[in-house]
Amino acid sequence: MGNKQQWTETTLAKSLARGKERKEFKSTSGVPLERLATPEDLHEDYDTALGYPGQYPFTRGVQPTMYRGRLWTMRQYAGFATAEESNKRYKYLLSQGQTGLSIAFDLPTQIGYDSDDPLATGEIGRVGVAIDSTKDMEILFDGIPMDKVSTSMTINAPAVVLLAFYIAAAEKQGVTADKLNGTTQNDILKEYAARGTYIFPPAPSMRLVTNLFGYCSANTPLWNTISISGYHMREAGCSAAQEIAFTLADGIAYVEAAINAGMDVDDFAGRLAFFFASHNNLLEEVAKFRAARRLWAKIMKERFHAKKERSMMLRFHTQTAGCTLTAQQPDNNIVRVAVQSLAAVMGGTQSLHTNSKDEALALPTEESVRIALRTQQIIGYESGVADTIDPLAGSYYVEDLTNKLQAKAEEYIARIDDIGGAVKAVEVGFIQREITDSAYEYQKAVEVKDQIVVGQNEFMVEKVPVGALHKIDPATADLQIKKVTEVRKNRNQDNVKEKLAALRAAATDADTNLMPYILDCARIYCTEGEICNELRAVFGEYRATEVL
Amino acid sequence: MPHKEQPDFQELLARGQEGDRRAVGRMISRVETNGVADHVMMRQLWAHTGRARVIGITGPPGAGKSTMTDRMVKYWRKKDYRIGVIAVDPSSPFTGGAILGDRVRMNDLALDTGVYIRSMSTRGQLGGLSLACSGAVSVLDACGYDPILIETVGVGQSEVAVMNVADLVLVVSVPGLGDDIQAIKAGILEIGDVFAVNKADLPGADRTARELQIMLGMNPDMNADPPPILMLSAEQNQGVDALCDSVENRFALMQNSNELMTRRNRRLEKELLAYIQDRLHKRVLAPELDADPFANNIEAFRANERNPYTWAEGIMKKIEERTP
Amino acid sequence: MADKKIRILIAKPGLDGHDRGAKVIARTLRDAGYEVIYTGLRQSPEQIVASAISEDVDAIGISVLSGAHNYLFPRIIELLKEQGSDDILLFGGGIIPDEDIPPLKELGVAALFTPGAPLSDIVGFLSERYAS
Repeated sequence: MGNKQQWTETTLAKSLARGKERKEFKSTSGVPLERLATPEDLHEDYDTALGYPGQYPFTRGVQPTMYRGRLWTMRQYAGFATAEESNKRYKYLLSQGQTGLSIAFDLPTQIGYDSDDPLATGEIGRVGVAIDSTKDMEILFDGIPMDKVSTSMTINAPAVVLLAFYIAAAEKQGVTADKLNGTTQNDILKEYAARGTYIFPPAPSMRLVTNLFGYCSANTPLWNTISISGYHMREAGCSAAQEIAFTLADGIAYVEAAINAGMDVDDFAGRLAFFFASHNNLLEEVAKFRAARRLWAKIMKERFHAKKERSMMLRFHTQTAGCTLTAQQPDNNIVRVAVQSLAAVMGGTQSLHTNSKDEALALPTEESVRIALRTQQIIGYESGVADTIDPLAGSYYVEDLTNKLQAKAEEYIARIDDIGGAVKAVEVGFIQREITDSAYEYQKAVEVKDQIVVGQNEFMVEKVPVGALHKIDPATADLQIKKVTEVRKNRNQDNVKEKLAALRAAATDADTNLMPYILDCARIYCTEGEICNELRAVFGEYRATEVL
Repeated sequence: MPHKEQPDFQELLARGQEGDRRAVGRMISRVETNGVADHVMMRQLWAHTGRARVIGITGPPGAGKSTMTDRMVKYWRKKDYRIGVIAVDPSSPFTGGAILGDRVRMNDLALDTGVYIRSMSTRGQLGGLSLACSGAVSVLDACGYDPILIETVGVGQSEVAVMNVADLVLVVSVPGLGDDIQAIKAGILEIGDVFAVNKADLPGADRTARELQIMLGMNPDMNADPPPILMLSAEQNQGVDALCDSVENRFALMQNSNELMTRRNRRLEKELLAYIQDRLHKRVLAPELDADPFANNIEAFRANERNPYTWAEGIMKKIEERTP
Repeated sequence: MADKKIRILIAKPGLDGHDRGAKVIARTLRDAGYEVIYTGLRQSPEQIVASAISEDVDAIGISVLSGAHNYLFPRIIELLKEQGSDDILLFGGGIIPDEDIPPLKELGVAALFTPGAPLSDIVGFLSERYAS
């Protein structure tokens, strides 16, 4: 009889006989949590299960020195109103010690509509910056050297178009494509599953994704071609285990698509990046990041036979979880963000966005963004958790939870394989249903206070007046519409017609890489809407599988 | 509580006939709530009905019925037909609530004033749905919609019963549903007048069509005039025109052979009987059952303290005493 | 007369794709016994109003997280009035700053639920309106 069993039957049993525990303890995936993990719960061999940082299976991290070499990239997602306004915010963030940019685009830009399209009404510059053409991109980076800054762009359905604008704007600065460093999110599958900013049906969308891979592997060696995102599915309500599973299943689909398009796995896999959420459950989140890293390495090695170590590394960006922010007592959100950031850092993230305390109310103010950034800096420079690599490794509990999350995620991936892969699973609504089910269960738990949300369903106070909120200038829309009209007026129209026609012709041949054609259009100031409309004419538009 | 004003039915009908979708909506709500039990209304509608071709569209979940309906409507709109659509979704059996999501696939039609789309739940009551649906068809027919498409998933008795309201039934299948044809419930196979294999661009579509052909061939009733099987891809808008034309041809044939009238007569008889039964149940049986509910007696039955057949006989006796 | 079911249209107007809230509300209302007509993403105010009228709903609920609420709510109210259907109740939820709420209510939005509002508040609001 092991010591744990003995303890359970004697000391623990006596204590439980006197009084019950507070509640049933379960992970976000509904798995009962260990009361006490001990060496008896771990059966693995250290070298194969954990290994060393920078070596397969990368459980302990992707770089040999981790944060002792360089802290993670502190990258605040930002963008609003016009390119001029956002340019000012970027310069401010860089002056405050932020080390990378992350562009938020408004919804019309994300769905391929120009600002003067009737469908854009009311949305211009709201959730991000409006970019209609290369002209706006030039303004957005005015005075920011594009060969020095790394830029992440949250853009998916029209990722090829916005990357083309970025490259064309850099050329204006005299910066060639091979010097550009950054990431396009370019992850269409999670748009179908959770985020909703799709344009085209899956097949042509997957083509655009791999077109971008193909172009970048030849021309922009420093560019991360995709950020395979679990963040939005988690925000939509899925559990930690589902977040790993659905993200890696999407990853598998992209790798397969690229291989089917004729690419060699080691030519592109090293440029794949990932994007996860970080929630309040500190230890589960740390375990999640470690499990994801180990599982992806295994998938790349065993399923896709990658040879390069780099192809097996899961490098990821993290954002603290927007859905955990409360509109009530918003200052409490600072604490939540600190806990979530700790999880991301102890989980070995490569870059981090920390949410601002007022984001359940509006876009963040400059002051609240500064607090969010300072939170990262305090963790990096004061807390000491970055001074050693993978500091929670060897915790009986964290290792046990890492194993369990990985096992649960592998179960889900097997189910998705059975359905026929992630594309099919999205088409039939499997992933959406799982997410919606989890979201509804969570909400019901909050409702009956099985899940306490401090300040929202417990420990409430009379409404506290909220300080100043960020406001979008109502003149933004008119200004942006005027700008795009100007752009259309002042360009060589024959050229525009010719290049758009060439793009449409190229789109009809499924084997042609469209990126060079789109880049041609970007250079002569074709607008995003014009480019996307050519593609709509050939590809059609996607209609969602609504799962309720 | 906000009360909707209840305009006179004749006025609603007049407005509905002029194409006012709000008036049509109001009338359907009224028949849906009361069923054909609203006999005053049904009596008034009767003289205006009998023109519309009523098409039932059914098949297993995931067959793409809503998308197909959407594309068929668009095709027929080019011929300037005014079209009514009734989309039936299962409701939650426990609470009586429902989420009706078929419109999602037909959102582009919302602004077309020549199309009326109505979502309907099964409301957990067997038979009740087809009565409500039949009432809604009468309203649409009286308002000049033709054809009228009724779309529902082909599982569950009440959904299948809805197809009895249609003049012609279109059964949709798709490849890759596992036990392909088995997924179509036997009951549906027999009521199909036209068969469609949707998502014909997927592998296995030919096999699905062949299997359908074999299954239909085994049905002796159908040997004389086997129903057509059409391949299409609604999503890609391929084969929709041929399907629509085939449905129209089928209607023409049914009209010429008097089959259409025979079916309608049979349906009318059934509907009226159901109506009478429904009212009998409410007027005569329900009060007795309420007075001595089955549920209250279960334990006594099981404990042999009371005989269930004596209970049933007792109910009958009370009814007979009341209505000598 | 049989029960009149209360019918509610739930929609996501505009371009925003974050439908977690809309879906959770749709399920909650279903489980509370309402008939929910769900029209999904990217609905224009014109489409929403046309659907609501055809479906003869009692109420429309919309979810707006993109900051476009000051355009979308008033536009729907305006269309309902134009089409003589302002007896249809309009309510909604989303990221809506406190200061924007009174003017929207003034225009005729019946209720607005901001992040963290308990589901029971939303169900309570409707059951109060439609208590039989």
